[in-house]
Amino acid sequence: MRYAIIGTGVAGISAVEAIRGVDRSGEIVMLGDDPHGYYSRPGLAYLLTGEVQDKSLFPKTREEYAKLNFVYKKNRVLEIDRTAKTLQLDDRSLLSYDKLLIATGAFAIPLTVPGANLQGVMKLDHLEDARGILKHAKRGRTAIVVGGGITALELTEGLLARGVHVHYLLRGTRYWSNVLDEHESRIVEGRLQAEGVTLHFRSEVQEILGRSGKVIGVRLLDGRTMKCDMLAYAVGIKPRIDLAQSADLAIDRGILVNEYLQTNDPDVYAAGDVAQVYDPLTGRSVLDSLWSPAREQGYAAGLNMVGKHKPYIKTVPLNVTRLAGLTTTIIGAVGNGRDEDLVGIARGDSETWRQLPDAIVAQSGFDINRVRLLVGENHLIGAVVMGDQKLSAPLQKIIAEKINISSIRDGLLRKDAKIADVIVDFWLHHLVTS
Amino acid sequence: MSILNVFKTNASRRTTASVGYVVPDSYRCVQCGICNYNCPINIDVRGHAWRGEPVKHSECLTCGECVARCPRGVLRFELTDLFIESAS
Ligand SMILES: Cc1cc2nc3c(=O)[nH]c(=O)nc-3n(C[C@H](O)[C@H](O)[C@H](O)COP(=O)(O)OP(=O)(O)OC[C@H]3O[C@@H](n4cnc5c(N)ncnc54)[C@H](O)[C@@H]3O)c2cc1C
Repeated sequence: MRYAIIGTGVAGISAVEAIRGVDRSGEIVMLGDDPHGYYSRPGLAYLLTGEVQDKSLFPKTREEYAKLNFVYKKNRVLEIDRTAKTLQLDDRSLLSYDKLLIATGAFAIPLTVPGANLQGVMKLDHLEDARGILKHAKRGRTAIVVGGGITALELTEGLLARGVHVHYLLRGTRYWSNVLDEHESRIVEGRLQAEGVTLHFRSEVQEILGRSGKVIGVRLLDGRTMKCDMLAYAVGIKPRIDLAQSADLAIDRGILVNEYLQTNDPDVYAAGDVAQVYDPLTGRSVLDSLWSPAREQGYAAGLNMVGKHKPYIKTVPLNVTRLAGLTTTIIGAVGNGRDEDLVGIARGDSETWRQLPDAIVAQSGFDINRVRLLVGENHLIGAVVMGDQKLSAPLQKIIAEKINISSIRDGLLRKDAKIADVIVDFWLHHLVTS
Repeated sequence: MSILNVFKTNASRRTTASVGYVVPDSYRCVQCGICNYNCPINIDVRGHAWRGEPVKHSECLTCGECVARCPRGVLRFELTDLFIESAS
């Protein structure tokens, strides 16, 4: 039996662990086109700020890889032939498979404006991108950041940490408008300004200006020009579905899979950022770009590839991130609509966050410590916890485990409710009685 | 998780030094390695987080560096049952 896994990200490595846990002798071949193999991609943000070194981003030791006993090929897969059950590799060789996992992740949607190919126009997808940014980010230089979501701020924070002057250009009127509410956006913007970032709303780049092949500035739609030494962008990501598409697998925004992570070809599975996963609880197929779901999906796909019939039950999407230095937890469904600064999904993002059904908002805290709850009929549907993270873990459980909150619903929705106290009391009571 | 520990993510080092250990919430962890990078005695805290295991390492000083530096609230101190029994 040969298992082939395309992609060396967390979904791929988890699949290897799952397969090896059951099948001690089957051959596992991992194929990846990132020269650095498996590393923490979210950790790239902390590499930019200097909180971690690049060698610290690699979670596994040589011994741990040896125990998993798999073949690693640093190849790009060019084509899947589902009839012959072979993969065409970039060194012209063919590799046959019995079971295949596509865990190819997603790529940063490129800028399409003139000048986007100039030296100094940068994204943050891979370790090599982060290294490139660090090479450019010299103290005293000026950078323009465009885009939205978490990665745009990670770029901003990383550049600030390196002593670069940052101008953050937003097409819309506030930051991350389809996940944060207006108050939360303003908190983040205020902190960015306090850190020295110059914010420009309703500002869209029409052209990136260059000299001798290098960025020197931008021209905006309204005709203004601005000088800069580099431009970093994060305008959304797109699942890498090209292989699946040319192999005629069912796709939508990502590769469509059932709850067993299986595509419409029973020998081909997909997991992680590339997979659009069916959720039996909601009947929807959604994309996430989150580390833990990618890990869980990879693991479940691996188990199913070895013949365990294990459904993947989608967990409530959660991210803990820093927005302008403020720790923020986002859980469940918290927003909706479109954000002018992003195309589709972003890194560290979930489509579920924008599937807000009927829910009433309860909120408290008006400085940096803020909690916003999305209160459904008997359950909490989502939460945003900014600053003080005391409530983050209990809310994660209350939302994920769908704990009935009808006893505190009125209390939460009361004008000037002390939400933190209500939740703490409820949680302690729940622990004692459950 | 014991009630005593629920909201005490940063129990002081003094209380935990002899009777506590660091416990991860794997679901929050993105394996960035900040914990390992800051561990003064090079314990593979991240590996524990991956496996969802408490850092029951004989050499752990419970200095709290990993707990404090983790940007995602993955790690917390948990007191051992022994302590809870004697406290209650
Ligand atoms: C800067 C940044 C910040 C992030 N922040 C967060 C965060 O705060 N929280 C969070 O939960 N998640 C975050 N994420 C997202 C998280 O990293 C992803 O959800 C996760 O890495 C997805 O894992 P994956 O295995 O599906 O794909 P990936 O990690 O993208 O791995 C896919 C691999 O497949 C390889 N590949 C693709 N096509 C081919 C081919 N044809 N042949 C061979 N190899 C191929 C790629 O080179 C890549 O190595 C962030 C990501 C980035 C980049």
